[in-house]
Amino acid sequence: MSRQPIDFDEKPPIGIDEELGMFDKPENVKRLLRIFYTSVVLLLVVDIFYHKHAIFAWEGYFGFYAVYGFVACVILVIVAKYVLRPMVMRKEDHYDD
Amino acid sequence: MTINALPPALIMILGGLLVPLFKGRARQALLLLLPVISFVNLLQIPVGSHWILPFLSDQIVLGRVDKLSLIFGYIFHLIAFLSAIYALHVDDTVQNIAGTVYAGAALGAIFAGDMFTLFAFWELLTISATFLILARRTERALGAGFRYFMVHVAGGLCLLAGIIMHVSQTGSASFGLIGLGTTASWLIFIGIGVNCAWPILHPWLTDAYPEATITGTVFLSAFTTKTAIYALARAFPGTEELIFIGAAMAAFPIFYAVIENDLRRVLAYSLINQVGFMVVGIGIGTALSINGAIAHAFNDILFKGLLFMTMGAVMYRTGKINATDLGGLYKSMPWTCAFCIVGAASISAFPLFSGFVSKSMVMEAAALGEMRWVWFILLFASAGVFHHAGIKIPFFAFFSHDSGIRCKEAPPHMLLAMGISAALCILIGCFPQYLYSLLPYTIDYQPYTTSHVLAQTQLLFFSALAFTLLLLAGIYPAEIRSINVDADWFYRKGCRQIYRFSRWAFDGINEWADRTFAQQFARLLAQFFEDPGANLQKYGYRLLVETSGIEGQHEQTAGKISSRSRSASYPVGIGVLLAVMLLALTSMLLFLM
Repeated sequence: MSRQPIDFDEKPPIGIDEELGMFDKPENVKRLLRIFYTSVVLLLVVDIFYHKHAIFAWEGYFGFYAVYGFVACVILVIVAKYVLRPMVMRKEDHYDD
Repeated sequence: MTINALPPALIMILGGLLVPLFKGRARQALLLLLPVISFVNLLQIPVGSHWILPFLSDQIVLGRVDKLSLIFGYIFHLIAFLSAIYALHVDDTVQNIAGTVYAGAALGAIFAGDMFTLFAFWELLTISATFLILARRTERALGAGFRYFMVHVAGGLCLLAGIIMHVSQTGSASFGLIGLGTTASWLIFIGIGVNCAWPILHPWLTDAYPEATITGTVFLSAFTTKTAIYALARAFPGTEELIFIGAAMAAFPIFYAVIENDLRRVLAYSLINQVGFMVVGIGIGTALSINGAIAHAFNDILFKGLLFMTMGAVMYRTGKINATDLGGLYKSMPWTCAFCIVGAASISAFPLFSGFVSKSMVMEAAALGEMRWVWFILLFASAGVFHHAGIKIPFFAFFSHDSGIRCKEAPPHMLLAMGISAALCILIGCFPQYLYSLLPYTIDYQPYTTSHVLAQTQLLFFSALAFTLLLLAGIYPAEIRSINVDADWFYRKGCRQIYRFSRWAFDGINEWADRTFAQQFARLLAQFFEDPGANLQKYGYRLLVETSGIEGQHEQTAGKISSRSRSASYPVGIGVLLAVMLLALTSMLLFLM
C-alpha cells in the first residue's frame, strides 16, 4: 500500500447531510420497486402466451424458469445463512496467532 | 522456417525486465506499449509450429499457433493492455515488472508446443503472480503470498512429475491430447487442476486474490485460471470427470459468496463459479461445449477483470472493501458504479451482455447431451451468480445504506480501462459473431432466440425478486465482520496442529534425552570417575552391608575408604593380592584362548 497515493485528505465534495441522492429518497425507491414488480408480473404473463422451444420438456412448462430462479435463490440464501454460516464463520482474527 | 517475428512471450518478458531502466513517463509509455508491440508481433506469426529447438533427446516448441492458442493470445494481450492502463498510476518497480512478466508467462504457456516449455512458463506464472500479492506489503499479503507460492509449487511439482513420466512412457514431449488413464496423465491432470482452482484445491485463489494489490488482482484474475482452462482444453477435452468437477465448482462457491463480507473475495468466489462453467464445457467435449468454454473464458477475462477494476477503484478511493464499510457510493463514483453494473450484467448473462452469448453455449451443450443433473446445477449456479455477483456487489458497494463516505470519482486512467472493458462486454453481447469467428470450431450457434432470451430474463428477474423480498423481509444475511473458513483451514490450522504435535512429540523426546543422557548420566559418570577405585569399594561395601544386615559405623567406614583412596595408602597386602588376581585372570584368559 505504501507506494500508492490515496487522496484521503481530499475534502468530500458534498457534506454528508446535504441533499439526498436519487436513490435515497423513499418515493424513488418505491417507484423503482413498483416498476420492478410490474415487469416481473409481465414476464410471467408472457409465459401464458408464448410457448418456449426447448430441449427438455420441462423448460416449456408455465413459469418453469421463473419458479426455478426464485426457489433457487431462496434456497441459496437460506442454506448459506442457516447452514453454511454457522459452520464456517469465525472471528476476523481466526488465523492470526 | 524463417519468419519476421519473435516468440510470443519474449517481448512481454524481456520488456518487463527492462522496466527498472525507465522512470516516470517513459516507464508508463513502456508499460502501455509492450502489450501493443507484443500483439502486433503475434499477428505476424502464421499458423503452425515455430521456434523448434533441440532439447535433450527431444525438442521444444516455443510457438505453436493454431485457433485454440490464438484466441487465448488475443484476449491475454487485450487484458494485459487494459490492466496496464488501469495500473498506470502504480509507480512500484516490483509490480510493474511482475505484472508484465506475468502476462508474458501466460502467453508463453499457451503458445508452448511441448510440455517442458509449458512447465517453464507455468512456474514463471507462479513466481510473478506471487510478487503481485507480496507487493501489497501488508502482513496478511505476506502470508497469503507465501501460501499461494507453496500451493502452486506443489501443483507444479505434481505437473512436472506427470510430464517426466509421460515423456518417458510415450517418448514424446509434445503437448497435445493426453486423456485420463495412466498415472502420468492423472498427475498432469491434477497439476493443471491446482491452477484451475478445483474444489478443495481452490483456496489459494480466495485466499490470495483479495490480499493482492489493487491493480495486481486485476492481472491475477485473468491469467492463471485461464491458462489452466487452455491446458485442459488442449489435453483433456471430453474427459467425463471434468463435468462433475466443473459442476461442483459452479455450485459451491456461490454459497460462500452470499455470506462473504470482503467484496473482492466475493468476486474471487464467483471467479471459481465461472471457471466451473468452462470446466464443464471442456468435460462435455462437443464442438459446441468446447467453443462455449473458450468463449466464456474470453468473456470472463473481460467482465471479471472489469468487476475487479471497479472494486479496486472503490478501494483506491475509500481504502475500504468490506461490504459492512461501504454503501451509497453511487453519488461519489457514478461512472464506476455504471461500469460495475455493466460487469454485473455481463457475469449474470443478461441478454445483450457478453456472458449471455457464451454461458448459454455450455448450458445448451449440457442439455443436448441429456445431462439433466448437470444442467440443473448449472441453472442453479446461473441464478446464484446473479444473486451474489450481479446484485450483491453493486448493491452493497454503491447503494444499500449510505456509509457516509464521500470521495472523488476514480482517476481518469482507471475510468478509461473500465470504460473500454464495459464497452467490449456490451459489444460482444450485441454482436457475438465476431467472438464466434475466433473460436476453434466452426459452428452455427444462435444465442438470441425468443425462447432463450425469455427464459434467461425470467430466471434473472425472479432471482432478483427473491433478493428483493428476502432483503425487505430482513432474511437476507446481514454482512458481518468475519471470515469464513474454507478448505485452506486444513493447511492454515491443520499444519499448525501438525507443527504443535511434532513440537510436543519431538521436543519431548529431546528434553527427555537431554535430561537423561546429557545431565543425569553424565553427572553420574563424572561422579564415578572422580574416584573410581573408592566408589567401587564403597558400592561393594554397601552391597555387603545391605545383604548381610550387619550394623556398624558405616559412615566411618565409607569415610575411611575415601581418604585411603585419595591418599593412595592401601596396605601392601591388598596391592599384592590384586596383582596376583589380575595375573591369574590374564593367564586363565590366555589359556582358554
